[in-house]
Amino acid sequence: MKEKISRIVENFGNDAARLMDILSEVQSEYGCVSCEAVSAIAENLHISEVDVIQTRSFYHFFTEEQVGKYAVYLNNSVVSCMNGMSDVADEFQKQLGVKFGQKTADGLVSLHYTACIGMSDQEPAAIINDVVFTSLTRNKVAKLVADMRAGKAVNDMVTEFGDGNNANPIVRSMVKNNIMKTGPVVLDAYEVGLGLSKALGMDSKAVIKEVLDSGLRGRGGAGFPTGMKWEFCSREAGDHYVMCNADEGEPGTFKDRVLLTERASMVFEGMAIGAYAIGAKEGVLYLRREYKYMKALLENVLTEMRSENLLGNNILGKGFNFDIRVQFGAGAYVCGEESALIESAEGKRGEPRNRPPFPAQKGYKGKPTIVNNVETFCAAARILDRGAAWHKAIGTPESSGTKVLSISGDCNAPGVYELPWGMSISEMLTMVGASDVQAVQVAGPSGICLPPAQFDRKIALEDLPTGGSMIVIGNKRDLLKDVVLNFMEFFADESCGSCVTCRSFNMILKNSIEKVVEGHGITKDIDDMSAWSEILRKTTRCGLGQTSSNPITTTIKNFRPLYDARVKNVEYQSDFDMSKAVVESCAVVGRSAEIHE
Amino acid sequence: MSETVKFTIDGKECIGKKGQYIVDAAAENGVYIPVLCHMKDVIPAGSCRVCTVKANGRNMAACTSPVEEGMSIENNTAELLDIRKAIVEMLFVEGNHFCPACEKSGNCDLQALGYKYQMMVPRFPYVFERRNIDATTPKIFLERNRCIFCKRCVRMIKDAEGRSIFAFKGRGETLEINIDHKLAANMTDEMAQLAMDICPVGAILRKEVGFNEAIGTRKYDKKVIGSDIENNHQ
Ligand SMILES: Cc1cc2nc3c(=O)[nH]c(=O)nc-3n(C[C@H](O)[C@H](O)[C@H](O)COP(=O)(O)O)c2cc1C
Ligand code: SF4
Repeated sequence: MKEKISRIVENFGNDAARLMDILSEVQSEYGCVSCEAVSAIAENLHISEVDVIQTRSFYHFFTEEQVGKYAVYLNNSVVSCMNGMSDVADEFQKQLGVKFGQKTADGLVSLHYTACIGMSDQEPAAIINDVVFTSLTRNKVAKLVADMRAGKAVNDMVTEFGDGNNANPIVRSMVKNNIMKTGPVVLDAYEVGLGLSKALGMDSKAVIKEVLDSGLRGRGGAGFPTGMKWEFCSREAGDHYVMCNADEGEPGTFKDRVLLTERASMVFEGMAIGAYAIGAKEGVLYLRREYKYMKALLENVLTEMRSENLLGNNILGKGFNFDIRVQFGAGAYVCGEESALIESAEGKRGEPRNRPPFPAQKGYKGKPTIVNNVETFCAAARILDRGAAWHKAIGTPESSGTKVLSISGDCNAPGVYELPWGMSISEMLTMVGASDVQAVQVAGPSGICLPPAQFDRKIALEDLPTGGSMIVIGNKRDLLKDVVLNFMEFFADESCGSCVTCRSFNMILKNSIEKVVEGHGITKDIDDMSAWSEILRKTTRCGLGQTSSNPITTTIKNFRPLYDARVKNVEYQSDFDMSKAVVESCAVVGRSAEIHE
Repeated sequence: MSETVKFTIDGKECIGKKGQYIVDAAAENGVYIPVLCHMKDVIPAGSCRVCTVKANGRNMAACTSPVEEGMSIENNTAELLDIRKAIVEMLFVEGNHFCPACEKSGNCDLQALGYKYQMMVPRFPYVFERRNIDATTPKIFLERNRCIFCKRCVRMIKDAEGRSIFAFKGRGETLEINIDHKLAANMTDEMAQLAMDICPVGAILRKEVGFNEAIGTRKYDKKVIGSDIENNHQ
């Protein structure tokens, strides 16, 4: 093992900054990053073992214990649960005789839950050894288990392929694009190179001006003016970097998956345009591990673009050099936060940085860096081709252009929709065939839970901003249990933990909402949750902690009767659940644990 | 760095150096802003958040935000004092702190802030997290029940070649402080003492020495935390 690990580490230039890639290879090779492997890596990189463990233990897909020969990661996010995840989980457990979190005795299969894998339009879905299986049912699970027992290669278990590039021989994935509506900016017909060649014919300052004038604002959720970010960054001295944020971790979002599948060259072209604008030679696409099935496709596109002289040296004969590498994450939502993404790409735990300095001043490797969303780069490529005025005319005055939405949940036509900014929620619901709607979760768990009374509000940065996640929640759902509790479990798990407030309050709030859901809550719990959420919001470093209480606060505000109906209006009720506490001992003596009041 | 900036804290006019963090600049002007993770001249972590102030109307950590010309900082407002008290209470419920049995009692910054804010009973339910103690290294005990994740040891305690002896493990709910067994085996007594001294609580304790100073005569037994900063400038 030692020798093999030395070789892996050497392949990455004995560079501790490539620890993510090193861990990823070791994990694939051995099914784990064991103590022995940690030792070997630490020795070769000449860093301490705790630093290797620090990175390994941060990411969901790196494990200390060996996973099964087939490691099943089943998505347990809200939309997956709505679509029957519990049946699927139950079937896996029945078929294999082990529970989630365990491995079969022969080491063949291990079962794991994982957060949203970007397949909300085709849930329940699972990843088995980097291959995605969608729309699972009990029958399909039985078939998968039989195949695993028969020792079939995971790729061969995929029998039907999705549309577009999913069916490409180098991808062969069953994932479907579900493009329901194309729009003029991103999903319209596209020819690679038009925007870039125009950009290279311009002064770099003029490129930035074009993006500024287009009114383009970040599509990752925060809506920061893209041209302004590029302009700040371009003013800094020294080497510059371009990073594309393809971490897409907000539960309910999957549009970047589709853009990377069908518009990869547009993303890379946008990155090249950004690089030219700010003066960068290197770019990194930070891709979530869940999308590893696209690796060959993306690398193929990069190779093609190099051969067409759209990347590499002396691009289009204009003396501009730029190239891109793909960096994989390993399962951590917070790495979508731009400075955490940079830390992660440098081989560390994905902990958001304190600001200032901003990434545009000091980013990747300490150099000025622009980080933009996949869709933002696509839009930039189109804008350079069609012009700022063309883009500015689409959408609303404050939010120009279009937004690619990922719509899922209780509706007839989940999928990807590219719409001009400004559409109302009720129009959107009609479009996706949703009736009997209790709420729409706008912008994912970190966004807001919107009640029907507000469905005339507009999807726009000035009204309802969103990075694209739209989850339709029907009346049949138990909003507090199925949605709010699930979201709080997500945040408690995904907090990087460096702010003690985010680490603890998310845990405390999760316990409180659980108490309410289980029927042990009192009126004071509701007020407490509101007050504590406020403290959390005010005392955290990054957007995660600043928004993680939104599932609770926006439902208290918009769905208060649901809470009132669940709590007792008494002064005090113990958190202690006697029945629950004695379950084990009662089982031993064969007595019912139900204690009646 | 010698350029000066003028700013105010709760209306008091202050002068600091450009680029200086708010906590440090405040201290030089006789204003105490409580901290648990910050140490002057060490790269700030911004992790404990008790130094949260409102600068130009926005909440921020005073240990990671530099002072700016004309900045108007709120520090001792009712709102901020309550937030700080809440954070201290929260730290007492998320860890397992039994002050009377702790070697750091009286020298503990967390306990001292509990007294300063007159914490009686925490408003939050106890979490009762199970945390393991690591007593396997020769010089120190790592008492995780008391760790408040300030990262002082992570940032400051390195071996002769600059390698980390302490680091985090996990994230979110499973986060814990971890010690490198190989490197800790070579720790000197001086390093162990430094690690114990910089730990704001009693999570890092030296083996074989202890209770040299009687309880009742220790740092915060005699004066309120932060009073030296406030008194220096009256
Ligand atoms: C917890 C957290 C997760 C985030 N996840 C993503 C993500 O998956 N994709 C993304 O583009 N931006 C994400 N962001 C926003 C980024 O920090 C950043 O604003 C964005 O990459 C900037 O690109 P844009 O201006 O093109 O939107 C996240 C922010 C936070 C706080
Ligand atoms: S707010 Fe939460 S996720 Fe963000 S840096 Fe702090 S602990 Fe990490």
